[in-house]
Amino acid sequence: MTDMLKSISLSRLSRDDKPIAIAAMFILVILIAGTVYTLDRFGSAPLFSPGYLIQQLQIGSFLGIVAAGMMLVILISQIDLSVPWTLAAGAMTATAVGGPWALPAALAVGLFVGTINGLGVAYLRIPSMIFTLGVNAVMRGLMVAQTGGFAPQTKATDLMRYLAAERTFGIPHAIFVWLAVSILLVIMLRRTSFGRSIYAIGNKESAAYLSGVPTKRVTIIAFILCSVLASLSGVLLAGYSTKAYQGMGDAYVLPAIAAVVIGGTNILGGRGRYLGTVVGVILIVLLNSVLSIMEMPEAGRQIIYGLVIIAMLLVYGRGEKATS
Amino acid sequence: MSATKSSDFMLKIKQNMGFSIAVLLFTVVYFLYHLAHPKGFSTQVLVQNSNEVFSLAMLAMAQTVPVLLGGLDLSVGAVMTLIDCLASHLLEGQGVSVGFGVIVCLIAGAAAGFVNGCVVVFGRIQPIIATLATGAVYMGLALFLRPIPGGKINEDINWAMTNALGDFAETVGIFEEGKASWFQPIAGIPTALVLLILVAVLVWVPFRRSVTGRTVYAIGSAEGAAFMSGLNIAGGKLAAFTLAGFLAGIGGIFMAIQTSSGNADIPMAGAYTLSSIASVVIGGTSLLGGTGSAIGSIFGTLILKVISFNFRVFDIAPLLQPLFEGLVLLAAVSLGALSILRVKNQLELFR
Repeated sequence: MTDMLKSISLSRLSRDDKPIAIAAMFILVILIAGTVYTLDRFGSAPLFSPGYLIQQLQIGSFLGIVAAGMMLVILISQIDLSVPWTLAAGAMTATAVGGPWALPAALAVGLFVGTINGLGVAYLRIPSMIFTLGVNAVMRGLMVAQTGGFAPQTKATDLMRYLAAERTFGIPHAIFVWLAVSILLVIMLRRTSFGRSIYAIGNKESAAYLSGVPTKRVTIIAFILCSVLASLSGVLLAGYSTKAYQGMGDAYVLPAIAAVVIGGTNILGGRGRYLGTVVGVILIVLLNSVLSIMEMPEAGRQIIYGLVIIAMLLVYGRGEKATS
Repeated sequence: MSATKSSDFMLKIKQNMGFSIAVLLFTVVYFLYHLAHPKGFSTQVLVQNSNEVFSLAMLAMAQTVPVLLGGLDLSVGAVMTLIDCLASHLLEGQGVSVGFGVIVCLIAGAAAGFVNGCVVVFGRIQPIIATLATGAVYMGLALFLRPIPGGKINEDINWAMTNALGDFAETVGIFEEGKASWFQPIAGIPTALVLLILVAVLVWVPFRRSVTGRTVYAIGSAEGAAFMSGLNIAGGKLAAFTLAGFLAGIGGIFMAIQTSSGNADIPMAGAYTLSSIASVVIGGTSLLGGTGSAIGSIFGTLILKVISFNFRVFDIAPLLQPLFEGLVLLAAVSLGALSILRVKNQLELFR
């Protein structure tokens, strides 16, 4: 009976909302499974306490900001693999410059990387998969040459600490930054011609071009936004951990792609809602956290992580068969 | 007669421009490397280089097949690591048990690829995201097999496979312990190089010429048209991913033999996957699918590796190496894309 109700209410949802509803339900399942474990093991249920959830959101905000940028790029059916070292370069620049110019300098790094990516993809029409991979290697090379391959000795500035780690009314500022980025992005995607152009390009680039969409400009701006958001996330992450370090972005690119896709955005572009990406980020962060509470070894975590992505996509991410 | 033959040859070169440039570039750079190396043109250097190249060359071949479909396999590095860890458990013993272990490893690699294929074909999930997920699963399995690096490989196998043919024959005890006079001219060839050529000739070439192989190319060019022509789309995709897993498995076995241990290193697996994509592109295979070959990808790997070889002989700060690798990759793909600028009709750019 409940199954029938569920299937009826799910089928009423639009194609873009269904993944979000299912992913949100899965988040509840994770929380409940974790709580059953903690009740059994320690006799307490910390997973539903506000403190725990807010801390998870704070950790999730770094991934969330990266995923927001990645979503823009995926929506125009491209991908940005230069995120790891754009993030690290943003963090390293911010700590190296220091003072009031730390944040602008880091965002400028993002602007620069994004412009290069956009030019390569929009004008040279090199597949973004390989071009951003090359840019990532160059950024890594520059940072390794700059720092000698060690973690830089520089420290995060007070502003970075304030943005990433400090709290107002018990809520970390990182969450506010994520919220601000999210609101701007939703307005941009739903209310501006730029947002519509992004969806149009993702659906069919040639059609968008013929209807007068400046496809090259939109592509470049999407890549710039992605890189700027990655470097912003790097600044926050450096503020959170008080310093920048080598490889700090490596753990962000694949989870960001996974979060975007779990949230129902089509990996081929053109379809998906921003809310889905937020839900996807929360799902991944909570899954990681609950598995580590369960003291699951790294091996088991990897397997569960992979199986969850496949299972979610089998439910709603299936493509259509080629028939013509 | 000879005129038409030479023009045929020129046409072939023109049609495989990316591949031809890759071969030429490699030949020149590798020649310079040997000239500058104090022990240049010696078996010792050749053996060392072949051993370093082999695993990535296998991964590049593996990556080529899904790329020809128009897809991508982000799990090749994970499959290689999984088989590396499996081999570090199975290749310890002597004689028959080692042979049995190699066969199990080969089957396991192919099985991992087959699972990828099933998720893509029957789950109808995009290859890039499907293999991202299965790659995590394979890494998890590898970590179960080897939570910490370790294990051991039969020492004879290690010695025979990572040296020249002469040492191979001596260890295995064929050709009068490798002292047969007819054998001497080829005794200095590295075993890994011979193995690489054997895999290319015995696995890739037959696949390329089979109906299944041509189906893979057809799917990459136009899946709808391939379907309408009555080709077995599902079978082609399954075969492509299975072959990718099989080749990645060979790379994993060699890695275990070479390092004499198993190591489930997540960053290393990721780096190998990304290098395999770079090799494929430098080797002239289009990421859009339908054109290219695994042989080209081997040369793509050789070019990537030869750059790092050159860092050792020419006195360049090793810290600059990643920067140069990135710049070479960017330069290679940008040069390949310059013809775009000559296109008059913008609509031809969209595919």
